Amino acid sequence: MTEILDLLQAVLVRHGLVTAFAFVGLVVWISYLVSDRLTRGRVHGSAIAILIGLVLAGVGGVVTQGDRGLADIPVFAGVGLLGGAMIRDLAIVATAFGVDLGEIRKAGAGATVALVIGVLGSFAVGAIVAWLFGYRDPISMTTIGAGAATYIVGPVTGTAIGATSDVVALSIAAGLVKSMLVMTATPFVAHRIGLDDPRSAMVYGGLMGTTSGVAGGLAATDERLVPHGAMTATFYTGLGCLLGPSVVFVTIRALFG
Amino acid sequence: MVIYGVALLSGCLLAGAFLGDLLGELIGVEANVGGVGIAMLLLILLSDRLRARGRLNPTSQRGIVFWSSIYIPVVVAMAARQNVLSALEGGPAALAAGTLAVAVGFLLVPVISRIGRPRDADPPDPDPGADQ
Repeated sequence: MTEILDLLQAVLVRHGLVTAFAFVGLVVWISYLVSDRLTRGRVHGSAIAILIGLVLAGVGGVVTQGDRGLADIPVFAGVGLLGGAMIRDLAIVATAFGVDLGEIRKAGAGATVALVIGVLGSFAVGAIVAWLFGYRDPISMTTIGAGAATYIVGPVTGTAIGATSDVVALSIAAGLVKSMLVMTATPFVAHRIGLDDPRSAMVYGGLMGTTSGVAGGLAATDERLVPHGAMTATFYTGLGCLLGPSVVFVTIRALFG
Repeated sequence: MVIYGVALLSGCLLAGAFLGDLLGELIGVEANVGGVGIAMLLLILLSDRLRARGRLNPTSQRGIVFWSSIYIPVVVAMAARQNVLSALEGGPAALAAGTLAVAVGFLLVPVISRIGRPRDADPPDPDPGADQ
């Protein structure tokens, strides 16, 4: 029996990246099941999947005492490659495909202002919180600030400016909290913040930016607003990846470096 | 060919990464300055131009669409390879940063919604021919 397990392990290790594809697929499948059955779709499957990813990273850390999460377990070494900066950046850049820059002009001044304030405001809030909690070097402040933008902008910025893995993990967690909160809280505050027409939905999408959060939150509020919010939110991550490791980092470095 | 799309995407990422490093070198920070964002802009501009000229057919586009549709699983893998244990003590910071960012966002929705409101309430129909 142990021989068969050894054989299986050898196959999984030899096909590291393929194992990672199969494993992550399984995690995503379970996450969408949980989203459907336990939260009735209120918390989107993607958010649950990322949460499970973070938990698994913790499990990996406990098991191996290493600092690369699940990727330190030989069988899951491929997860390290799949989730490494190279493939991650390829996939994130690909999400820009099909985005029409003309759309933002049609959306009007409000949407553009919302985007810029949304991105820079999140950075500012996140960086201040980071400072208050004792993360006072410019790299950590910028990375956690980026995480307060989205869980993509966080790690992309962190990698670009050389943040440590634990700070990157915090930025993912901050983005995840934001995304889940936007999904679940939006219907409760929608009335109070005047989120009831396409224009306010576009502003909301630009301010929040987390695409999954915005789509989920608007779907629970008023299905018809989803495309309007999603339209501006699409630009948010790109803008964050552009401004984070440049203007924002240089500014924070000048102020706190 | 699907590989044309993948190659275009890869070329954009490489160019963005190079420009980001160069920019970092120029302004004297040890960082890749905005490389991923630059790559996204490049991809938007190039793919738009190529499609308009009919040089990026649906088959080639599949090479980009695949990578874009797999980004959540890639982010899951990315989350799974972080040093979460040593981040645990910073958990409250992550919670506070995420929550405050949302609160500020919600508060700003009514403020910014007012911008441009006096013009007509309904945006005009997209001009014909601007989109396919």
